[in-house]
Amino acid sequence: MTSQKNPFRTFLTDWGPFIIWGVILLLAPMVLSEFRLNLLGKFLTFAIVAIGLDLIWGYGGMLSLGQGLFFGMGAYFFAMYLKLESGGGRLPDFMVWSGMKELPSIWQPFASPVFAIMMVLIGPMVIAAILGFFVFRSRIQGVYFSIITQALTLIVSISLIGQQPYTGGTNGITNLSTIFGHSLADPQTQVALYLSTVIILGIIYILARLLTRSRFGRLLVATRDDEARVRFLGYSPVTIKTTTFAISAVCAGIGGALFVPQVGIISPAALDVVPSIMMVIWVAVGGRATLVGAVVGALLVNAGQSAVSEQFPNIWQYFLGALFIGAVLLFPQGVVGSYRMAFARWRARGHSADAPEVEESPVAGSGRLAQEVVE
Amino acid sequence: MSNILEVRKVTVSFDGFTVLNNLDFSMERGELRFFIGPNGAGKTTMLDIITGKTKPQAGEVIFDGDKNVSHLGEHRIVQLGIGRKFQTPSIFGSLTVFENLEAAIGFRDYTHQLFGPMSGEERDLLHETLEEIGLQNRAQVRAGLLSHGEKQWLEIGMLLIQKPKLLLLDEPVAGMTRRERDRTGELLLDIIKNRSVLVVEHDMEFVRKFARTVTVLHMGNVLCEGPMDEVQNNPQVIEVYLGKAHDEVRQVRKKQVVVRRTAPQAAAVH
Repeated sequence: MTSQKNPFRTFLTDWGPFIIWGVILLLAPMVLSEFRLNLLGKFLTFAIVAIGLDLIWGYGGMLSLGQGLFFGMGAYFFAMYLKLESGGGRLPDFMVWSGMKELPSIWQPFASPVFAIMMVLIGPMVIAAILGFFVFRSRIQGVYFSIITQALTLIVSISLIGQQPYTGGTNGITNLSTIFGHSLADPQTQVALYLSTVIILGIIYILARLLTRSRFGRLLVATRDDEARVRFLGYSPVTIKTTTFAISAVCAGIGGALFVPQVGIISPAALDVVPSIMMVIWVAVGGRATLVGAVVGALLVNAGQSAVSEQFPNIWQYFLGALFIGAVLLFPQGVVGSYRMAFARWRARGHSADAPEVEESPVAGSGRLAQEVVE
Repeated sequence: MSNILEVRKVTVSFDGFTVLNNLDFSMERGELRFFIGPNGAGKTTMLDIITGKTKPQAGEVIFDGDKNVSHLGEHRIVQLGIGRKFQTPSIFGSLTVFENLEAAIGFRDYTHQLFGPMSGEERDLLHETLEEIGLQNRAQVRAGLLSHGEKQWLEIGMLLIQKPKLLLLDEPVAGMTRRERDRTGELLLDIIKNRSVLVVEHDMEFVRKFARTVTVLHMGNVLCEGPMDEVQNNPQVIEVYLGKAHDEVRQVRKKQVVVRRTAPQAAAVH
């Protein structure tokens, strides 16, 4: 069993890959061009979203098609601050075009970056908690949960378009030029943003990993397996699911807030139904219920997407569709899940020629394998 | 001393079809009570009512002397001390045996406590339970890979670890091999010590082996109640189980008596 081994070695096998990848990502600004770095930074914000979606979908079994909404909330709230800061006290341009005379009261507190950051965290959390509480209390499950979250996303993106004077309409919030007094066009600002994204991704990854390994995390998986049993063990699945949904929404919100300054624009198109489904594809391709899978999936799909779209600008969506169908049909465990299963099988074969993996020494070998597959 | 469970004039109907009709019974503390009855008698619905899965249209369920549980949520009722074993083994397939028990143990903890580790006491209790259900060598195996019997024991272990005051078992030996059934019987003997247990069972051999008091349900009501021998020879019960042809009944009864004398296990009143 792992606990009998050298704790340092256990720590290394546990967190080694994480540390190595963390260092690689932190050193990336030294090798990547400004353009590539910016692209990578954007993908990493998606990875944060993917971790959140993996918690609710991969571990909790609730397919949320509304992560785009929470991503958008984070993005818009932070963009509101950026817009006001960029304007330097003047009325945002799209408000002027819409004939607004003064800053609407809901915009005013967003002049404070602290308030904006608080809203990035609290806004998605509160909305998800309220929505989750009522949906889960009514025991709405499966596809109905997906439809409700998708509908809500659609409603919000439509109303953002409709409220042109307040939201910038279809164009969204554009011409963002500064953050905390630094120019967004400055490469150094972009490197700082990139590094912040890496660090925040790292923190969220660690927290998510601790969560999935905690007793709460086990209950989350238990709720996915058999909700009735969880209820009859004396837990409220409503609390477990609502908490997880809120956490996943916060992840999406943080991803959105980090996305905006690196891309320089946020429009309703970024939080529509299609991006929400894209987020699902990232997790499905990477591997559900493996946190690494979520990150890998987000990076792989987006990198592939930008590579293919550079080559085949007109038909790249077909590749994406094929990728999703392929992942679901051929690799239902995703890239990381399939890799782990193959690795576990290979290791089991290495230990004993024909015994199935569960039959070998139950404490030492198979437990770890089983655990690895679960995690 | 007050009763552990009192079901008072409970009526339940689904779409106009009455499943429980003014059901009224009580159980004393520490009692082991068996419920039998033909299919559709309302046995499982009765468990649903006690555990809050179904709400009664009329009547109430009083637990532990003074707690009216008729309108509480399922998990609240469990926290008060009513555990329920389902007919089909319901465990968490993608968690290991150890993690399944771990999930069961923290049922009175608040959400934020669940992010922390188990206490030492909880850990000890968990290992004790593992031994009690005989799965200590399977602790790290994923529960989905267990045999049917092992799954049943794991589920019983998950209930044991919660130390319920009243345990409800819905056909605990259904679908088991003889060996598994014997092992489960032993486990149940352990479980019923210092605890009130209500068992719904079809397997008459099993009932005969363990039952002290048997309640026969029919058409959502108590048909009769008493020691197994008495119940078995009650003409009403025989009628319910075997239909109204009295000649036939008499024949079967004779046969049963003969069979019971020679090979007690073979006589089942299905």
